[in-house]
Amino acid sequence: MNETIRDILTKVGGLPVPVADLADDSDLYTSGLSSFASVQVMLAIEEKFDIEFPDNLLNRKSFASIAAIEGTIRQILKAREAA
Amino acid sequence: MDMQTNFLDRLFESGLLIETGVDGLYGRSGEFEEVIAAFERLIDRFGGKDGAEAMRFPPGMNRAFFETSGYMKSFPQLAGTVHSFCGNELDHMSLLQCMEVGDDWTKGQEATDIVLTPAACYPLYPTVARRGALPMTGKLFDLQSYCFRHEPSKDPARQQLFRMREYVCMGTESHVTDFRQSWMDRGVEMMKLVGLEVEIDVANDPFFGRAGKMLANNQRDQNLKFELLIPITSRAKPTACMSFNYHQDAFGTKWGLNLEDGSVAHTACVGFGLERIALALFHTHGLDVKDWPDAVRKVLWG
Repeated sequence: MNETIRDILTKVGGLPVPVADLADDSDLYTSGLSSFASVQVMLAIEEKFDIEFPDNLLNRKSFASIAAIEGTIRQILKAREAA
Repeated sequence: MDMQTNFLDRLFESGLLIETGVDGLYGRSGEFEEVIAAFERLIDRFGGKDGAEAMRFPPGMNRAFFETSGYMKSFPQLAGTVHSFCGNELDHMSLLQCMEVGDDWTKGQEATDIVLTPAACYPLYPTVARRGALPMTGKLFDLQSYCFRHEPSKDPARQQLFRMREYVCMGTESHVTDFRQSWMDRGVEMMKLVGLEVEIDVANDPFFGRAGKMLANNQRDQNLKFELLIPITSRAKPTACMSFNYHQDAFGTKWGLNLEDGSVAHTACVGFGLERIALALFHTHGLDVKDWPDAVRKVLWG
């Protein structure tokens, strides 16, 4: 999952630094992720993982780092399994 | 009858607003305009000494600048473009024929280079960018324009063509955030002077779609937008009559607005919804300005 997220960030994140140089807990916003790019990342993740972000997870915190994105995806997948 | 339609009907009956047959598109009476003019003078009394450079643009802007602004990414549902007939004589004949039989005659209209201005400050950024670097002490601009937003409504406080007065500040982060804070304080003071009950709350723009939900959440999380709210047609949902926006360096980056030291300028703006403020005054104090409290009349007309 971590690699897939990194691929998506490379493709649509528009980051000025190589994604490979980012640690899992690096702050993506201070690394240059714009609001619009974070929306692109969100849409790409939804497509790739076949999930839909609920409104309460559509926020900056969910996309603050690679680890945060991974945590958010796992949370959505878990909620889906429980449903 | 709901509160909005009721108030709209009373405004029509009193002649303050003039019906055109299109929701949100109204004429204004002389008295209505007098209130707007008086309130703008009050704005000048508060902001006039700040040394803002005044600019007035017509309510249309260069389509190329509009495209660069990214407005269509966020608010495609609100935009209004200007289209014209660009055909030959034969095309003209078929156009008239279409109109004659009631077909859609607009489908052959072509986009012109003009888009209706969505916010008074939109033509400003490319204008300032062309001038070169901004001084380290920042710059302040004073704008006013009719603006268009495609949102037909029976709420008189939600018009499709309305005037927005704005101050726009460009400079360092602390300079523009101080500017925004000072206008939040001034806004409350001004409204108090004219007897309006206000509250200030964090807000978000009406971004389009699900992606917009995220942009709206981001905007709120970062306290980028505040609104000064006054009850007009609803007490539960008061109307935004002023907004206080901090754009961070988004417009600076987009338009290449730099300070003399090469850093990207931060920008902030404060906007007055002039029709909304006039409507708040009429709603609160009555439809005849002669009946308004003396203290309020004195503030507005001396």
